[in-house]
Amino acid sequence: MTTGAQAHGRTGAPAHGESASLPRVFEGAGRAELDGILAKYPTKMAALLPALWMVQRRHGWVSDQGMAEVAEVLGVTPAYVKGVVTFYTMYHQHPVGKHFVQVCTTTPCNVCGAEKVVDALLKATGCHRLGETSPDGAWTVIEVECLGACGFATPVLVDDDFIESVTPENVPALLARYGK
Amino acid sequence: MGFPHPIHPKETPVLSKHFGEADARTYDGWVKRGGYRALEQALGMSREQVVEVVKASGLRGRGGAGFPCGLKWSFMPKEATKPHYLCCNADESEPGTFKDREIMRWTPHALLEGVAIAAHAIGAEVSYIYVRGEFTEPYAILERALAEAYAKGTLGANAMGKGRRLEVVLHRGAGAYICGEETALMNSIEGKRGNPRIKPPFPAQAGVFGCPTTINNVETLAAVPHILTNGAEWYAKMSLSSPKSTGTKLFSVCGHVARPGNYEVQMGFPLKDLLFDLCGGVAGGKRLKAVIPGGSSVPMLTAEEVEDTKLDYEGCAQKGTMLGSGGVIVMDETTDIVYQVMRLAKFYAHESCAQCTQCREGTAWTVKILQRILAGQGETKDLDVLLELADQMTGKTICVLADSCAAPVISGIRKFRGEFEAYLTGKKRLAIA
Repeated sequence: MTTGAQAHGRTGAPAHGESASLPRVFEGAGRAELDGILAKYPTKMAALLPALWMVQRRHGWVSDQGMAEVAEVLGVTPAYVKGVVTFYTMYHQHPVGKHFVQVCTTTPCNVCGAEKVVDALLKATGCHRLGETSPDGAWTVIEVECLGACGFATPVLVDDDFIESVTPENVPALLARYGK
Repeated sequence: MGFPHPIHPKETPVLSKHFGEADARTYDGWVKRGGYRALEQALGMSREQVVEVVKASGLRGRGGAGFPCGLKWSFMPKEATKPHYLCCNADESEPGTFKDREIMRWTPHALLEGVAIAAHAIGAEVSYIYVRGEFTEPYAILERALAEAYAKGTLGANAMGKGRRLEVVLHRGAGAYICGEETALMNSIEGKRGNPRIKPPFPAQAGVFGCPTTINNVETLAAVPHILTNGAEWYAKMSLSSPKSTGTKLFSVCGHVARPGNYEVQMGFPLKDLLFDLCGGVAGGKRLKAVIPGGSSVPMLTAEEVEDTKLDYEGCAQKGTMLGSGGVIVMDETTDIVYQVMRLAKFYAHESCAQCTQCREGTAWTVKILQRILAGQGETKDLDVLLELADQMTGKTICVLADSCAAPVISGIRKFRGEFEAYLTGKKRLAIA
């Protein structure tokens, strides 16, 4: 049902071997950060979600190579890691645009016109479809389910910035903050 | 207060009193406002004494189920043969609900204090606060508050110098509504897919990491310090209707309403007054069509039913709905109920963990049938099929996600049948991509 994620899965997939050049995450400072996380839980496996966040922060997405590295440091199989990654919507399984835009269109925002915000964002970023990255590589826009800020329709996440009360009219000003 | 609006005279601000005050976010600012006195008091009491106070207050779980908080705490084993854990559910994702977000954004120390008191009461040394991945700002604010509380020695190996170890760990989710279900949340902390677990065993017997665990919602825990400071009786007295529903409750009001926001009122407050006095009525002077009073998972009410609905657990049950999480979704006369029921079903179809057949298939087919009706290709028997499907999705699965998808379908068809029939008879048609 995830129109955005599905479309996203069909496009922008890296060529074989592309991910081989990604730097290792859990070395040096990364290893120390992981050790700090491991100390907070009684099992190694519990560090899985935080470790995947570290991979995404470093690489911009979670590649097979990243998953393999997580599997190695936590003592689980790569297949297990992939099973977890695919459960959660926020781990990017493919490279995304420089800015990743998530728009809520669930009922409370929907009745307030969220779908028009989506249209305005697609138009202003030059993305042809939800989940596709714009030709200049700057933007990826997806529709997401409830962002938990229903009284501030329509909330939009641009990367880690949570922006309230977005309307079709203030979309250009919003994107200008990111150099558009 | 009706954040981001000023306090309305009919509100009873307890949890929301300091919303909007940036200074309240800091440790010193919180202490200045009376913060951490309750924790100090609790650390001077036995586990059982703290549980008794919370039991006497009548506080019930604010996450949706309304289970008595003190009773839940009392289920934890008396002797610690295994570590005990507290999990705070900050995975607020129920459409229509945005109260926990404001508690974390404005009063992070209220939550940390509540967590610490609860941890003491259930004999836990380590607590996990599970914050949904999208809540980047509340997470950052909590992270700063947590660092301050550790630096002051309020949390840590010797909390407040009272010889008690109280550690709090923030755990970030990664996008999954179902992780707000308590057993799914525990799986997610353990580094697993967020699939709900079959109960029993209940969390108090075998929860996170197989150890005795209590899970409480953000709003529930944030109320605890106030109860200790002001007394159980003070809290229990805040009740306008049923004595079984006590204290204040934050209602997140959204949709077609003039002043959307979080409003804090005493239990039993009239829904009509919330909408028309506190929130300024329907936006743009339009007429009210329907209200979903407790987050998207509860049956919707018609404008007529809103007239005499009381906002507490019993008052909502009397109207065939639920208080739930207190997320009030307002829909005006222009709302297409069929489309919005489809949109809600689409939410549940997207968020189904797909373990149970009734849920995986039921939510997806509910969407397909509703989309077919909206496209003008529905058949007269479709409404019966939808209702039969909804029946198969109710009470038959590991968790209640399927039931939650069925609720708006059943109440939508029962209360707004004419709108569905308009599509079926070709009077109305909507083009969806």
